[in-house]
Amino acid sequence: MMSDDIILSTENLTKEFAGFTAVNGIDLKVRRGTIHALIGPNGAGKTTFFNLLSKFLSPTRGRIMFKGRDITAMAPADVARRGLVRSFQISAVFPHMSVLENVRIALQRSRGSSFDFWRSASALNRFNARAMQLIDDVGLTSFADCAAVELPYGRKRALEIATTLALEPEMLLLDEPTAGMGHEDIERIAQLIKRVAVERTVLMVEHNLSVVADLSDHITVLTRGQVLAEGDYAAVSNNADVREAYMGVGHD
Amino acid sequence: MEQRLSDPAADPHALQRSTLRGNAESIGFAIMVAALVVTPFFTYPLFLMQAMCFALFACAFNLLIGYVGLLSFGHALYFGWASYLSAYAAKAWGFTPELAILTGTATAALCGLVAGLLAIRRQGIYFAMITLALAQMMYFFALQAKFTGGEDGIQAVPRGHLFGVIDLRNEAAMYVVVLVIFLAGFLFIHRVVNSPFGEVLKAIRENETRAISLGYRTDRYKLIAFVLSATLAGVAGATKAIVLQLASLTDVNWPMSGEVVLMTLVGGLGTIFGPVVGSFVILVMQFKLAAMGEWVLVIQGVIFVACVLLFRRGVIGEIANWLRIRL
Ligand SMILES: Nc1ncnc2c1ncn2[C@@H]1O[C@H](COP(=O)(O)OP(=O)(O)O)[C@@H](O)[C@H]1O
Ligand SMILES: [Mg+2]
Repeated sequence: MMSDDIILSTENLTKEFAGFTAVNGIDLKVRRGTIHALIGPNGAGKTTFFNLLSKFLSPTRGRIMFKGRDITAMAPADVARRGLVRSFQISAVFPHMSVLENVRIALQRSRGSSFDFWRSASALNRFNARAMQLIDDVGLTSFADCAAVELPYGRKRALEIATTLALEPEMLLLDEPTAGMGHEDIERIAQLIKRVAVERTVLMVEHNLSVVADLSDHITVLTRGQVLAEGDYAAVSNNADVREAYMGVGHD
Repeated sequence: MEQRLSDPAADPHALQRSTLRGNAESIGFAIMVAALVVTPFFTYPLFLMQAMCFALFACAFNLLIGYVGLLSFGHALYFGWASYLSAYAAKAWGFTPELAILTGTATAALCGLVAGLLAIRRQGIYFAMITLALAQMMYFFALQAKFTGGEDGIQAVPRGHLFGVIDLRNEAAMYVVVLVIFLAGFLFIHRVVNSPFGEVLKAIRENETRAISLGYRTDRYKLIAFVLSATLAGVAGATKAIVLQLASLTDVNWPMSGEVVLMTLVGGLGTIFGPVVGSFVILVMQFKLAAMGEWVLVIQGVIFVACVLLFRRGVIGEIANWLRIRL
């Protein structure tokens, strides 16, 4: 039954850009229901790896299995429909739509009526209650009617997470969810991730090591497109290779 | 900053602003209808009917550029081919005007579907180039085909009897028909823009990558918008053929595609009334300056440049921005 526990796995996943190998033969297994952190120095290939998983890039070689199915050749929208939804390193919102409208767009997709061009947009009001719940969960209630573009950075990330959660994905890919945030926002987002991960799987790229230590069940360290080490926080942080590559601390 | 982000529920002006928005559109619509009902008593109804056809054409074009962000540079294809088929159906097959218009519209819808399937995956300038290339291809087809009448076009198209009953040679009857078609088309576009589907179009225009990551197969939405736009352009072209009793190469050639861009730009991209105002402005100008011959083109060029440099929002866009309302 061991394999049923694995929600996402990659085999020899590789991406080459004009001769430069950004992701180099990665074998990764993510267990269902865990928070799995992906760490590594800038340029290690973390974002590229996420782009491969969400099918925004096609791999040069290798295979991706999600929920027991090969999704290597799937279109990105279809991967999202199967329950693997990503966020972006550069916060992705619909800038000139309100916070409420941003979340509703996601609800609308998963609950139908997206093709109805003959109906009034007021048909979307039936999603308002659920949207407000999600907005409340990320602490944006008082911003519901603001245009997303007017939100401070940290709140934009929160909105992005609320929008992602509206799809009720089985698995989330979060690319540096706390990057560029102040202390308070980091704490709030970390708590939020912890809460949503109770019934989901999370794979996240994160630079803030205290967030990683606090949240993750399992850690994979990447350098130069390859897996350097894996394990829980204690194991990884005591790994000599990791200390050298990641923290600039040499072998004893 | 925090001040502006304060709880909108606690801001008494917020609600007022949103009702003002809805009202501005209603008031604008009432003014437009009133003007279209009254003006035929003061000026040439034929000119107004022609202008309404072009206004609907521009509104259809604006659905694509203004609300999806797709620049089609070949919209004459749908306008012109609908015009040909409508004229031919009325003249050669003896169709009643409503069936002739339907025939032209269906032709445009079909052309829109084929062109859309070929072009929709392309981005930006490539999309514009493919739509232009397809339109030029269909222009040469119109030039060579027998039934289009070559340089002469299809002339003396009978207006016929609406539903076989109402004689459209009567200018008043024809006017009412065109007015109804224009208003129906206008309201339909307004509805599309303000529908659940329109909401998705807005999201795609704002951030397509994010829309895809939320599971939207964005090409399908863009294709539907493209076909709707082509179809409405077809309604405009098919109606024009009945009104002016003529379908000609002018309707399918590329300057027509350029003209609809200009009309939309002058009136205001992505505004609901802009294309209407823009097409009236351009047509009145062409009419008043007709005696100046080729100079009209030069003046149009100057207006185009002025719009791009000085009035990016267009007439209606500038007004709406100034009054802080949506028009
Ligand atoms: N589209 C691309 N074309 C060429 N090189 C790229 C592309 N995307 C990323 N890279 C390169 O791949 C490497 C990994 O980048 P990235 O995945 O963004 O790293 P990380 O997210 O770990 O900081 C970098 O050296 C980057 O310059
Ligand atoms: Mg990155």
